[in-house]
Parts: sequence; C-alpha cells; structure tokens
Amino acid sequence: MTPGVLGERDPGLQPERTRLAWRRTTLAGTVVAVLAGKAGVAGGASGSALAAGAVCCVGWVGVLTVAHRRIRRLAGDSREPERLAVRWAVGVVVCVLLTAGGGVGVVLG
Amino acid sequence: MIDFVRNVRLWFAPAEVRDDGVTPDYRFSLANERTFLAWLRTALALIGGGFAVDQFLPGLRWGWRVGLALALLASGALCALRAVNHWVRCERAMRRGEDLPVSRFPALLGVVVAGVAVVMVVVVLVGWEG
Repeated sequence: MTPGVLGERDPGLQPERTRLAWRRTTLAGTVVAVLAGKAGVAGGASGSALAAGAVCCVGWVGVLTVAHRRIRRLAGDSREPERLAVRWAVGVVVCVLLTAGGGVGVVLG
Repeated sequence: MIDFVRNVRLWFAPAEVRDDGVTPDYRFSLANERTFLAWLRTALALIGGGFAVDQFLPGLRWGWRVGLALALLASGALCALRAVNHWVRCERAMRRGEDLPVSRFPALLGVVVAGVAVVMVVVVLVGWEG
C-alpha cells in the first residue's frame, strides 16, 4: 500500500467490512436462536426438547464469543490487522454445528 | 475424499497453514474471511429455515414436516463444514500462489434450494398441506 492523502488507513475499509460481516453473522445466529427458542417452548417444554434447546443456546453463545473476540482484534489500530486463526474458524463452525445438532433434538423432541 | 481428510487435518494443525508459502496481502485474507462468513450465514439461514418449517407449517403431515426440517438442518450443517474447508483451501492456495480452488458446491446448493422452492409452490397450490 502506498500511503497517500488518506494516510495509513486502508481506503478499501477492509477491516471495517470484515467487522460488519462478523456483526451480520451474530445477527443471523440470533435469529436462529430465537426460532430455536420458539420451537423449544412450543414443544410443550419436554425434558429432551429443553436439553436440545440448551445445546442450541450454547452454540449461539459460542458464535457470539468468537465474533466478539474477532471484532475486538480487528478494531485495533495496528497498521495490518491480524489474520483469522484457523482455530477460531473451526471454533465458530463447531458452534454452528452444535446449533444444528440441537435443532435436530428440538424438531424430534 | 483423501483431500478432504488432509484438509480436516489442517483445521487442527493451524501452524501448518502458516508455515506454507508466503503470507499474502492481508486484504486478500480478510476478503477470504468475509466469504467464509457469508457461507456461514447461508448455513445459519438453512438451519433457521429448518426451525421455521417445523414451527410454521403445522398443517403439513408429520413425516413431511419433520423430514423437510431435518433435511434443511442437515444441509445447514453441511454448508458450515464446507465453509471452513473452502476457507482453509483458499488460504493455502493464496500462500502457495496457486489458483483458487473451484467448487461445484454453490451450483449444487442452488439447484437444491430451487428444487425445494418449486416443491413448496406445488404443495401450496395443490393444497397437500390439509
């Protein structure tokens, strides 16, 4: 990058766009968690449905946690933002899989 | 399949990705990350669709309703797994200066979503839900 009139800021706003992408992902996860909660409550709140709903909630909290950490890292004012570590990418996918797995329990429960 | 197993190994050995080739411009890595997140949102949308089918189509016969909901949940899980796998492959290709990996997954997903949409239109028009 050549430092121009804009100084050292990336004119493409890549870190900001990536931060907003994480935000959108947490929003999508929240919508899914609300739908899961609705399904869990409507299912007569049987023990198995509640347990499955709890798994969904754990997945949702996990997505929020990873997103929060990543957003904090991207918001730093270092010249070159840190890259996404493989373990965080795998972590957030595991959380989404937990949500899907809990969803199977909610649907069948 | 062998490639997939090798990629899964990479998910849990992050240092191997970092040691490979040269570090690309961070903007490329961030773009790859955003693509990964877009696929993750697609996965979340499919999972949410599974919950919605289960909750908001009470008139549908039990087998259809649960079957469609489980299929949507499974496709969401598949989409999430594929998202991280594709992200690792792209990251490694950029480090090695290779072409980005091609994939037929988007086309397959598009065909499946279109198929489900057509089936739902037919279900609503014919009134099988009763």
